[in-house]
Amino acid sequence: MNIDDVRLSADLSKITIDDKKIDSYLTDMQDILKFIEQMNAIDTDNITPMAHPFDLSQRLREDKAVAQIDRQILQSNAKNIENGLFLVPKVIE
Amino acid sequence: MKYDVVIGLEIHAQLNTESKIFSLSPTRFGADVNTQANEVDLAMPGVLPVLNEQAVIKAIKFGIATDCKINNRSIFERKNYFYPDLPKAYQISQFEYPIVGAGILEITNEKNELKNIGITRAHLEEDAGKSLHENFTKHSGIDLNRAGTPLLEIVSDPDLSSAKEAVIYAKKIHALVVYIEICDGNMQEGSFRCDANVSLKPRGTKELGIRSEIKNINSFKFLEKAINYEINRQENILDDGGRVVQETRLYDADKNETRSMRSKEESNDYRYFPDPDLLPVIIDNKLIQNIKDKMPESPYNRLKRFIDDLDLKEEDANLLCSDIKIADYFENIIKIGNLKPKLVANWIIVELMGIINKNNKKWQDNKINEQDFATLLQRITDNTISGKIAKQVFAVMWDKGDKPDNIIKKEGLQQLDNDDEIKSIITDIINKNPAQVQQYKDGKHKIIGFFVGQIMQQTKGKANPAKVQEILKQQLS
Amino acid sequence: MHTKSIKELHKLLTDKKISAVELAQHFIDRALKHNPSLNCYINILSDEAKQQAKIADDKIFKKEGSLLTGIPFALKDIFCTSDMLTTCGSKMLSDFIPPYDATAYKNLKSSDMVLLGKTNMDEFAMGSSNENSFFGCVQNPWDLDCVPGGSSGGSAVAVAGGLSPVAIGTDTGGSIRQPASFCGITGIKPTYGRVSRYGMIAFASSLDQGGVMAKSAEDCAYVLQSLSGYDKKDSTSMPEDVPSYTESLNNSIKGKKIGLPTEYFANLDDDLKQIITTQIKEFEKLGAIIVDISLPHTDLSVPAYYVISSAECSSNLARYDGVRYGYSAKNPKNLEDLYLKTRTEGFGDEVKRRILIGTYTLSAGYYDAYYIKAQKIRHLIADDFNQAFAQVDILLTPTTPTTAFKKGDKQNPLEMYLSDIYTVAVNLSGLPAISIPAGFHQKMPVGMQLISPAFCEHRLLNFAHMYQAQTDHHLQTPSQVPQEKIL
Ligand SMILES: [Mg+2]
Ligand SMILES: [Zn+2]
Repeated sequence: MNIDDVRLSADLSKITIDDKKIDSYLTDMQDILKFIEQMNAIDTDNITPMAHPFDLSQRLREDKAVAQIDRQILQSNAKNIENGLFLVPKVIE
Repeated sequence: MKYDVVIGLEIHAQLNTESKIFSLSPTRFGADVNTQANEVDLAMPGVLPVLNEQAVIKAIKFGIATDCKINNRSIFERKNYFYPDLPKAYQISQFEYPIVGAGILEITNEKNELKNIGITRAHLEEDAGKSLHENFTKHSGIDLNRAGTPLLEIVSDPDLSSAKEAVIYAKKIHALVVYIEICDGNMQEGSFRCDANVSLKPRGTKELGIRSEIKNINSFKFLEKAINYEINRQENILDDGGRVVQETRLYDADKNETRSMRSKEESNDYRYFPDPDLLPVIIDNKLIQNIKDKMPESPYNRLKRFIDDLDLKEEDANLLCSDIKIADYFENIIKIGNLKPKLVANWIIVELMGIINKNNKKWQDNKINEQDFATLLQRITDNTISGKIAKQVFAVMWDKGDKPDNIIKKEGLQQLDNDDEIKSIITDIINKNPAQVQQYKDGKHKIIGFFVGQIMQQTKGKANPAKVQEILKQQLS
Repeated sequence: MHTKSIKELHKLLTDKKISAVELAQHFIDRALKHNPSLNCYINILSDEAKQQAKIADDKIFKKEGSLLTGIPFALKDIFCTSDMLTTCGSKMLSDFIPPYDATAYKNLKSSDMVLLGKTNMDEFAMGSSNENSFFGCVQNPWDLDCVPGGSSGGSAVAVAGGLSPVAIGTDTGGSIRQPASFCGITGIKPTYGRVSRYGMIAFASSLDQGGVMAKSAEDCAYVLQSLSGYDKKDSTSMPEDVPSYTESLNNSIKGKKIGLPTEYFANLDDDLKQIITTQIKEFEKLGAIIVDISLPHTDLSVPAYYVISSAECSSNLARYDGVRYGYSAKNPKNLEDLYLKTRTEGFGDEVKRRILIGTYTLSAGYYDAYYIKAQKIRHLIADDFNQAFAQVDILLTPTTPTTAFKKGDKQNPLEMYLSDIYTVAVNLSGLPAISIPAGFHQKMPVGMQLISPAFCEHRLLNFAHMYQAQTDHHLQTPSQVPQEKIL
């Protein structure tokens, strides 16, 4: 991992890393990755990846709609609302 | 052109469920902004998705109807990217293990050739919300009513080789999803949208060229225009020795052109991974069989039967098979009234669909039941009324919902079938128009139309036209 | 009062020796008095507590109550509580008031328990020392210079300091057991899927699990009973019935096999090893048979855990964009700027570091090498446990490699991660585990962990209770918090 990888990850994560801090981030992350790479010590070719602790299947719910709680209440935590819309800086497509 | 055109379509069909795919919000179109977006749709902290059973069943129905492989195990994954209409900053979709696998759809292309188009897959995913740009200068407004609406994304192989062919394929998929009642097919409301992947390669070569993806086309007309525009654009680039850039483009219907959507290009490392909030979807063959058993005759079979057995024109059969409700209505009327298919088809297509269109209504607004429609048509075949009068009766049935026999009786519309009565009217008219009688006798037999008109006017169209002709000819000669 | 067990408090309530309102007031008073030094509560809910206590009194009066009616509790600030601030220990949610309740909280409310306050925690539950809270570090009542452990440090301290009889925490990689161990209390992390995650703010969805922190296994049993159960709002919650945790508390453990995984003792500090070995004898006295066992992939559990938890967190925390709730940066230049500023200013360093690691390990070209590899290791680790449980009924290990360390001692993130070395394998495998006080080392509590097969919380509680019935480590109280008598 190098500085560009840190920047790319930061970019994808929508986080800015201060230029002053980037070296320390890089060092920490390099250490962590090196540590993680201990996993390579063993061969896992014939092992299936496990995404969930238990081998269970998805339950399905009945297709029934329920009215939501008031829009005003749901939007009470938003900083910028107009006529029921969440406002964001102009989206350019 | 010295290039082969290669087109693949990704069709997003909105599944007509009552609630969203992972939340309990209703999916009704046109509600006030953000009134159908609950805490799950808003991606508030701590909320979790729970999968809607009907979304799964409808995807399976599509798989059955197209003879695609239905995967016994499928996985929901997260597609990660930031966008204001995507509240979680990831879309729950399927990637490596879609619910519906490969299959083939046969189409008749514009050159009238049969052609197999491969379906790569069809997967379930959630729709995004909408960004609204009007009414704001520095801002966009976010409406999340559509966020979480279930979509079936149907991906074709790059087997289509012209804009026309792409449209034929898309129309066939459209007819199918409407017919099996998994999608309302309303393109204006965005219930059926197409993305087209277009690329060119030197004629006859194997290797695919670099493609561009045109996003979110919501009419067949635009689909054709957008693809043709894109073919042209790429051809010009290649002719000039340039390279096509792999990118997402937007079709602008007003200008009839496509343009690059840079905003979507910035971060295209989607970092798919299995959604840890959702478990693998396991579908056993018993469930598939159960759904299959309850499914109606395939629209392709039915279409073929309408053309071959009922002797309908292909165009008419297509129209009737565009919606299972229409096709059922049609066949039920034939059965109830023991009527000729062609007569019934004609009446549904010309009269019923005509009046629906004229009033800006939808098929669902048709209140005339099958029994009444059959009775009306029987009155034509048993000569109680003429076809022309029947249209009058039909209009009243549509407006007032009355029974045909009641209308005929109330308005005294029974056909005048009594020979003596018709004879006396004819005698009267002949006497009043000696000049025209002379013309007839002089060999101008066309003048008979004048007499028929007079008689119909006087009987308000109720006289049996065959009888009128017969008696007129007798009396005039 | 604040040292009494739930059963004792219940008796006082039903005997009308004290009302639920008075009991709540007692703990609120203690909380108001000691929280300035301990900082275990982010929010003390005096008014709400009195209101809920009144309802409880009403039920007790009408004899409609349950064993938990009127029992106060503290709730980790990761659980959404409608109309009450829920911060998750972050600046990002420092003003967030959810319009809904977490199912876990709803369950306790329907048992008429009384919420005293929301407890401090590492930001978004990422941390093992509680030093990552936007609301400041929590002090360990056994030594105010030491950390209480994390991420449920506030909950641990609320119980250890007598500021609540019981508290609810969450455990993604040891976040209940490690602070329980550091603070000398009992903490149970149930089987993944036992407690609904709905309304519990996600860190790593396939690992997160809510649980109970209390003075004893018996108290844990009462509260876990109410906390657990299937929730149709959580696809990963288990539809199986919850057995009675209290009925089996006193079952004999004679002849039961306890496995000691050699890998968990190999590098353990000699003093701690000595303490735990001594305590194992208590189980032998109860008739249990001790056998050595191997969990060969143990040393890969921390690496696998950090890949999986960081990957999941990078995606789970992407929703904090300043638009619909939470912190929102002022005067953004454009949309991108809103995202960048909000997230850069709203998240703390450790959270950012994990988001970055998670994003990196999921990105094109690295996914197989890190994420898929970690999931394969996870499979091996889970298989290790399955094989072990074919031979023994329960496993016994230390909870942590050290006792509570000094604040500021672990500056290197990696060093901090390694303090979870004995707890993360359990989360990767979805298993239940409990940490119980096992004595003291240099005046600081030592914890011991029991691990059972999935859905055998009753077995954990049974073993722990039988042990606590003949030992008194769990009854010790820290000297740093005055044990004044009220009532
Ligand atoms: Mg697509
Ligand atoms: Zn899609």
